[in-house]
Amino acid sequence: MSPTNIFAPASTSAKWIFDLSLFVLSVTAVIFVVVFALLVYAVVKFRRRWGDDGREPPQVYGSNQVELAWTVIPVLIVVTLFLATARVVTAVQNAARPAGAIELIAIGHQYWWEYRFPGLNVVTANELHLPVSDPARPSPTFITLLSADTDHSFWVPRLAGKTDLIPNRVNKMWIDPTEPGLYLGQCAQYCGTQHAKMLLRVYVDSREAFDRWIKEQSQPARTGGNVSVGQKIFESTSCINCHTVQGTVANGRFGPDLTHLMSRETLAAGAAPNTPENLRLWIQNPDALKPGSRMPPMGLGDRELDAVTAYLLTLR
Amino acid sequence: MSAEPLVLPEPEIQWKLPPRGRVGMFGLIAAEAAIFTIFVVAYLFYIGKSVTGPTPREILRVPIFFTICLLSSSVTIHFAVKALSGGNIRAFALRWILTIALGAAFLAGTVREWRHLIYDEGLTIRTNLFGTTYYSLVGLHAFHVTVGLIALATVSLFSLLGYVRDEHAEPVGVLSLYWHFVDAVWVVVFTVVYVIGR
Amino acid sequence: MSTDAMPWPRSQPGARSFPEKLHEWVTTVDHKRLGIMYIVYGLVFLLVGGIEATILRIQLMYPQNDFVSPQVFNRLFTMHGTTMIFFMAMPLVFGFANYLIPLMIGARDMAFPRLNAFSFWLTAFGGIFLYFSFLGANGLYGAGNAPDVGWFAYAPLTSRTFSPGHSTDYWTLALLVSGFGSIGTAINILATVVCMRCPGMTLAKMPLFVWLCFVMGGLVILAVSPLSAAQIMLLIDRYLGGHFFDTQAGGSAVVWMHFFWVFGHPEVYVLVLPAFASASEIIPVFSRKPIFGYPIMVAATVAIAFISLSVWAHHMFTVGMNSNGNIFFVVSTMAIAVPTGIKIFNWLATMWGGKIDFETPMLFCTAFLFQFLFAGLTGIMLGSAPFDWQLGNSYFVVAHFHYVIVGAIVFCLFAAFYYWFPKMSGMMYNEALGKLHFVLFFIGFHLTFDVMHIPGLLGMPRRIYTYEPGRGWDTLNLIVTIGAFFQGLGILVFVFNLLWSYFFGEAAGSDPWDAWTLEWSTASPPPAYNFAVIPAVRSRRPLWDLKHPEDPDWRYE
Repeated sequence: MSPTNIFAPASTSAKWIFDLSLFVLSVTAVIFVVVFALLVYAVVKFRRRWGDDGREPPQVYGSNQVELAWTVIPVLIVVTLFLATARVVTAVQNAARPAGAIELIAIGHQYWWEYRFPGLNVVTANELHLPVSDPARPSPTFITLLSADTDHSFWVPRLAGKTDLIPNRVNKMWIDPTEPGLYLGQCAQYCGTQHAKMLLRVYVDSREAFDRWIKEQSQPARTGGNVSVGQKIFESTSCINCHTVQGTVANGRFGPDLTHLMSRETLAAGAAPNTPENLRLWIQNPDALKPGSRMPPMGLGDRELDAVTAYLLTLR
Repeated sequence: MSAEPLVLPEPEIQWKLPPRGRVGMFGLIAAEAAIFTIFVVAYLFYIGKSVTGPTPREILRVPIFFTICLLSSSVTIHFAVKALSGGNIRAFALRWILTIALGAAFLAGTVREWRHLIYDEGLTIRTNLFGTTYYSLVGLHAFHVTVGLIALATVSLFSLLGYVRDEHAEPVGVLSLYWHFVDAVWVVVFTVVYVIGR
Repeated sequence: MSTDAMPWPRSQPGARSFPEKLHEWVTTVDHKRLGIMYIVYGLVFLLVGGIEATILRIQLMYPQNDFVSPQVFNRLFTMHGTTMIFFMAMPLVFGFANYLIPLMIGARDMAFPRLNAFSFWLTAFGGIFLYFSFLGANGLYGAGNAPDVGWFAYAPLTSRTFSPGHSTDYWTLALLVSGFGSIGTAINILATVVCMRCPGMTLAKMPLFVWLCFVMGGLVILAVSPLSAAQIMLLIDRYLGGHFFDTQAGGSAVVWMHFFWVFGHPEVYVLVLPAFASASEIIPVFSRKPIFGYPIMVAATVAIAFISLSVWAHHMFTVGMNSNGNIFFVVSTMAIAVPTGIKIFNWLATMWGGKIDFETPMLFCTAFLFQFLFAGLTGIMLGSAPFDWQLGNSYFVVAHFHYVIVGAIVFCLFAAFYYWFPKMSGMMYNEALGKLHFVLFFIGFHLTFDVMHIPGLLGMPRRIYTYEPGRGWDTLNLIVTIGAFFQGLGILVFVFNLLWSYFFGEAAGSDPWDAWTLEWSTASPPPAYNFAVIPAVRSRRPLWDLKHPEDPDWRYE
């Protein structure tokens, strides 16, 4: 029905939350049905009838027994709900880190995601790959959440509850994915003009596919020795102030790492599909795809634009 | 139904409710207390978290003398109000002016302290977290002292012109409540800034 | 003094020119006139905020729509939230409180009439100042204009780095000024209730409306002040180089969140308690029975106020507090459900065994009961922290709080409008139009806000100016938008009804509802001095005692 349905968990913590939510929903549904029925009954049975004699009904001021009952019962319900909730809070927040866990650092920016696998020498952006976790030998990903500017929030509903990325604060979460696939999400804390297009794409791969991805992402850019016209333009304009291409002089940190740009399916954190036309348009006029994003229009002439685009298309 | 008096047959009842001014002042004090609480919480939270710059221990000097001035002014104002309700206008006027003098001395002390901190130690509101929280909290308090002094001076002016009589003891007492509040806040600020924070 | 149609009380006889009338109103310190001004002010901003909401909804009707730019959208949702809370709901609540409290306690005015007027004009200025930002807030690169930081203005988005220009300052200063106005009114309410009750009216004999407004006043004093403090800190950061929320210098964004929500959560109780207050007067009268369990209703109200000061971080479950912190706020949040549920049961018991007249005020109050029940239960869901890790900051939350603010608070405000309009204007509103308003608004409310829960469950976050197709959100958003138009239509019928009835309606008399509290014992509208003779009372329903001398309330209380 929806790729971001919170009731379709594909990870351990999302499943725990889902189970808790079913319990809470059942309890509240019962309360709703009972009180709703009583209200309907009152509205129907005690409405003034046509031809009523106009006398006032018996004036009842209260009833200690009844009031005690409807105090005690809600207290018991609340205690039950609280206990069920506290259990899941502790389980999620105080989960032990198994030996096979993957370390990931996610840094939120206006309006893109930076990912670093510190142990694996990988820096990438916007599209994340994680290994599926085998219950026999779990390999969840433990994520440290940081922010370079304002508040953000990492929300991929089928994989985990959301956790915020807050500047000058270190937050942590973990994802223990149980099924391979592509999972979608987006930033869930208003962070500025393009909060709406700070999308998340998380690919949960088999262990082999993940290892392959890591190996590719940790390689520097392969340019086959020749420096193209596009690369020369790229390295002599302000592109390199913001962007990094591993193995070249470009080592800016303000914008996404472009070393393996063409391994991604979308551009600008999901704002547009990664096609040559969109790439060219993005460099020429970012506001056409994501108005208010932090990438400025580069002011390149048509031929320079084609050259730079061609260069970027080689960054697989 | 409009102009008919609504009186139910019953015996005379004793009916005395608290005076409005006093209740209103308590409401104001509660609101101000809530504002100060937030500044105090911010001060406490940021103790030790400054990234740079001078620390409280390095540069703060404890203002014992000026604190005594301010706290004594609570005593003098209390006796001033007492004198007024007893009808002793002269004693009231003298004690009231003494209160103002003590409060003004406290403010002068604050000015002196800030001059020293800014010019000698280089601490301003923008220097670091300590500077921000210190000047905000102490400054907010000093602002309330100033407003209080203006109100007290106005009453002094009226009494010099001969307008204050013993039936004004209630509103003057309400004003003194504000002054007591300002002193109580200083006790808290002093503890937080000069005792806990150093 | 007759009870014939006489629109406004006059201090001098003879025709008055328009400038004279205007001067009277602008300089008035009469609680009734100030109350009416607050109410009209709130109604105007209800329309303004509603237009903003309609534009937001049109933009969200289809994925990747371009009805407005992202910058305009972000300003509109900020202004919509800020307007509805501070310049619609609070003025309406203060307006009814101002108008009714002195009348209900047998007083001639509020404790501090000049403070009353001053507070009103502070609030009024705040709203105008906020809207001036559309014209006047230009800053760097034209990045001025209305604030676009969300109604809770999280740091560091509000720092000068991320919000250049003055748009954020308009938000800060407008709310700072109107906040002082709110505190002034709250102090006034406290002093009035404590010091100005008529003889025989002990605290235990006050109408529940007065009790609830009294507790609301206390909450305003304790809750709005923290917001003022935080806003002063924000101004210090933005203009004096302070570092309160400057994360580059060791400041904390989370501290802003704590300070804001220490205000923000009690604020919603400030808004809902007067809604409860109206329901607690209207439901008994239209069921022809006294309120069930008056003492417990008072106790529950006080309990709600106390507990509401301890739940604030349930707005921050995703911020990364440790498990103990999260668990504490789960406990306090769920605890508040108990006194709130008790109130629903007491209202239900009031209707039970009665003879209910479903005229317009009671229609709105009945709908309120159903809707508030549902809103409270979605609140329980949000209070379960892990569930909130999914639901938080999504359209589920937006649906929940609109269910409370519109489904409970606005519905009760409409009920209050219809119930007390005859008293305030001397005219009876048109009942058929009232029912039409109810039907249209009810349909629109449910179309919009029932359906709105679902995109949240399907992963749609809030505050996004557009969304991707294929997430299952498209049709749902379309239905939500359609509901908005029904609500708009209902409000137009409402405004028309008020205006038409005021000029062409029938005289209402002093007690059209056969009610029991003191305001119904004086003329409609009341004379400037409220009561010819200050009444003395012996029970909670003095007019019941008068109308039923053989069976007065004071025998049973």
